[in-house]
Amino acid sequence: MQIDMQHISKSFGSNEVLKDVNFSVKGGEVHALMGENGAGKSTMMNILTGLLEPNSGTILVDGKETHFDNALEAEHHGIAFIHQEMNNFGEMPVLDNMFLNKEIKKGFGLIDNAKMKTIAQKALDQLDMKVDFSQPIGELSVGQQQMIEIAKSLMTDAKIIIMDEPTAALTQDEIQKLFVVIRKLRDQGVGLIYISHRMEELFEIADRVTVMRDGLTINTYNTADTNVKQIVHDMVGRDMGDFYPERHPKFGKTMLEVSGLTNDKFKDVSFSVRSGEVLAFSGLMGAGRTEIMRAIFGIDKLDAGTIKVDGKELTIKNPNDAISHNVGFLTEDRKTEGLILDATLADNIDLPSIDGFSKHGLIDEKADKDFVDMLLKRLNVKANGRDDEAGSLSGGNQQKVVLAKWVGSGSQVLILDEPTRGVDVGAKREIYDLMNELTDRGTAIIMVSSDLDEVLGFSDKIAVVYEGHLMDVVDTKDATQESIMTLATGGKNE
Amino acid sequence: MSNQTEVEAKKKFSFGDFYKKLGPMVALIVLIVLVSVLNFSFLDPLNLLNLLRQVSVNALIAFGMEFVILTGGIDLSVGAIVALSGAFTAQLVLAGVPTILSLLIGMLTGAIFGAINGVIIAYGKAAPFIATLATQTILRGATYVFTKGNPITGTKMSNNFGFQFFGQGYLFGIPFPVYIMAIFYICAFILLHRTTFGRKTYALGGNPKAAFVAGVKNNKMIILIYTIAGFLSAVAGAILTSRLASAQPDAGNAYEMDAIAAVVLGGTSLAGGKGRMFGTLIGALIIGVLNNGMNLLGISSFYQQIVKGIVILVAVLLDRKQAKA
Repeated sequence: MQIDMQHISKSFGSNEVLKDVNFSVKGGEVHALMGENGAGKSTMMNILTGLLEPNSGTILVDGKETHFDNALEAEHHGIAFIHQEMNNFGEMPVLDNMFLNKEIKKGFGLIDNAKMKTIAQKALDQLDMKVDFSQPIGELSVGQQQMIEIAKSLMTDAKIIIMDEPTAALTQDEIQKLFVVIRKLRDQGVGLIYISHRMEELFEIADRVTVMRDGLTINTYNTADTNVKQIVHDMVGRDMGDFYPERHPKFGKTMLEVSGLTNDKFKDVSFSVRSGEVLAFSGLMGAGRTEIMRAIFGIDKLDAGTIKVDGKELTIKNPNDAISHNVGFLTEDRKTEGLILDATLADNIDLPSIDGFSKHGLIDEKADKDFVDMLLKRLNVKANGRDDEAGSLSGGNQQKVVLAKWVGSGSQVLILDEPTRGVDVGAKREIYDLMNELTDRGTAIIMVSSDLDEVLGFSDKIAVVYEGHLMDVVDTKDATQESIMTLATGGKNE
Repeated sequence: MSNQTEVEAKKKFSFGDFYKKLGPMVALIVLIVLVSVLNFSFLDPLNLLNLLRQVSVNALIAFGMEFVILTGGIDLSVGAIVALSGAFTAQLVLAGVPTILSLLIGMLTGAIFGAINGVIIAYGKAAPFIATLATQTILRGATYVFTKGNPITGTKMSNNFGFQFFGQGYLFGIPFPVYIMAIFYICAFILLHRTTFGRKTYALGGNPKAAFVAGVKNNKMIILIYTIAGFLSAVAGAILTSRLASAQPDAGNAYEMDAIAAVVLGGTSLAGGKGRMFGTLIGALIIGVLNNGMNLLGISSFYQQIVKGIVILVAVLLDRKQAKA
């Protein structure tokens, strides 16, 4: 099967989102789609899957002009879309989720579980996967849930599968498994459209790549004939220089020192981070990195251990205690814990600092306003202004708003949990630059990251966690992909 | 991309924003015009003052309810707090306790009942609906026990000028409860819109997890907010007891519904995080005008309930429509 999208244009009101773009995908290839947030990738995919109507242009399926009125029609033509955020009902069993709204029935409206199981198992067999169908789907790992999504698309006999950032929440291990499946599907003649922000994956998995920018398709390459530099250049419209800015460390005194931290998720964790230092935390998903940080910040409870900030031993019972000692925490999930999406940028940014702008509880509106405007400008947040709703911004800008919150609260110890996840290339670079600026001025930064390139490319030291144990803290300049992965999987380096 | 579409959507629905801000005001004005045209005596100053006095009880409860609903919670016990705190106040007055002290103790008990609600919800992690439904039942039962099912009244109450003045008196030609309402409106407005407490209330309702991570002490906030709701209900209870010169065992029955209605009519979202104190004041006035107007027009109280229900339903449906937009 081959699909050609030709001269597609789409506007929302006066806003031209796609300008006469062309894109094609054929069976048996993995076609990557790259571009910053807002470049038009999602709109194009939504048009391809019948969710949106183009203003002009045609879609050819195997050379025949085809028109999809809705998502179901696209599905009938064998096009499946695996969205970045899976819409599963966590409490419902795996099987019920897989057949939601497509239940197979035997007489009297009764559901035919046996038949559904057979069909589902057949799809899972293709992926070499076994699950307990009666288990609530929310208990599966994100990687497994993703596999279920793929199985769902196989059940509809999909010929073209679109994957939107499928690896964003996967561990290295799960990514490799996913790639095996992708290659297998490709060899079976399925065409895959692969949307990702991760450059290294693209070269590992894709046959062709199309780069989009500002509603245009800039170029389409055979992956073998291009390189990272070229693609980054196409994405941002200029050369980025080195992807990771250089660290110029100037370390001061120890800002955070923890020892013997223990709760049911991790055991006897001790480390320290100095003023001006970026300490990366590496490890597989679920190793306990995030949990350690949550406990330090007072979100989760500690069973044992001591925390010293700036030389003083503290008891941190809740985030308020941590904040009052100038510790900041950018959480892994900005939508559920980082931002109040319905609230304005101003109300988000000043929340941890608001007590500082008040006398007897009354807010000094002028000081508050200046404070927010200064931070929006300093972090280069792209928005109409302080009264925009946080949820209306792109991922990268939302992340900058969360950062603004913690920069504004005067954090001396800043814990960043996956600071660049789901953030486009341009904003990523800005976040690194900001981290450099902060450490230059003496902030101590802990960066939890699942992106090994980032860990190696932008840190001074690397702490590796494996199953709740801190395996080692190594100097970044002595570390390699292999040495970190060995530690992260429980091994020891010679 | 979703970013751009949303920005676009925002422009398109600025009418919705307009409605959200001014809709309740427009509805109130339309209602006033309608009632005045149907019956001129509505605009009689005496009637309007009477209306404001009637509104004051519900408005006070609604101010507290606004805070509660902004956190995404609800307080069904306010009507029962009106009754029990009113009964305490009446009993204290009858026992010869100084009037001011009786009133203050009554209000304090209301605050304590509210605090208990807050503790149950914050530390017991109980759903506000169920928790306050339970305390409503308990407090109502306690009122019946305390009053033995009979009104508490006596000459010591009806002859007590200070106590009578609280709910029945006039100052410069305006009923005293209207002053109380105005003072507490200003307090509630400042608390919600000008203080860190208010900012944290919105944060708590908008996303409790993010608020907690940003240093908001969620449990403390919840307890304080339910305490405010209980306190204001008791103030309303004192006005009611004074006006009737007696504490009725079933006083304040279903008052929580009028208060919730005022909040919702004023444009506050039941999901929390969005709403204004001014809207709630307007909402309480809408309900007041509706009650007063229908009385003037001689509509039977049975029909009045139906009309009130329909008005609330329309308000909620309009609100949903905007939320979807």
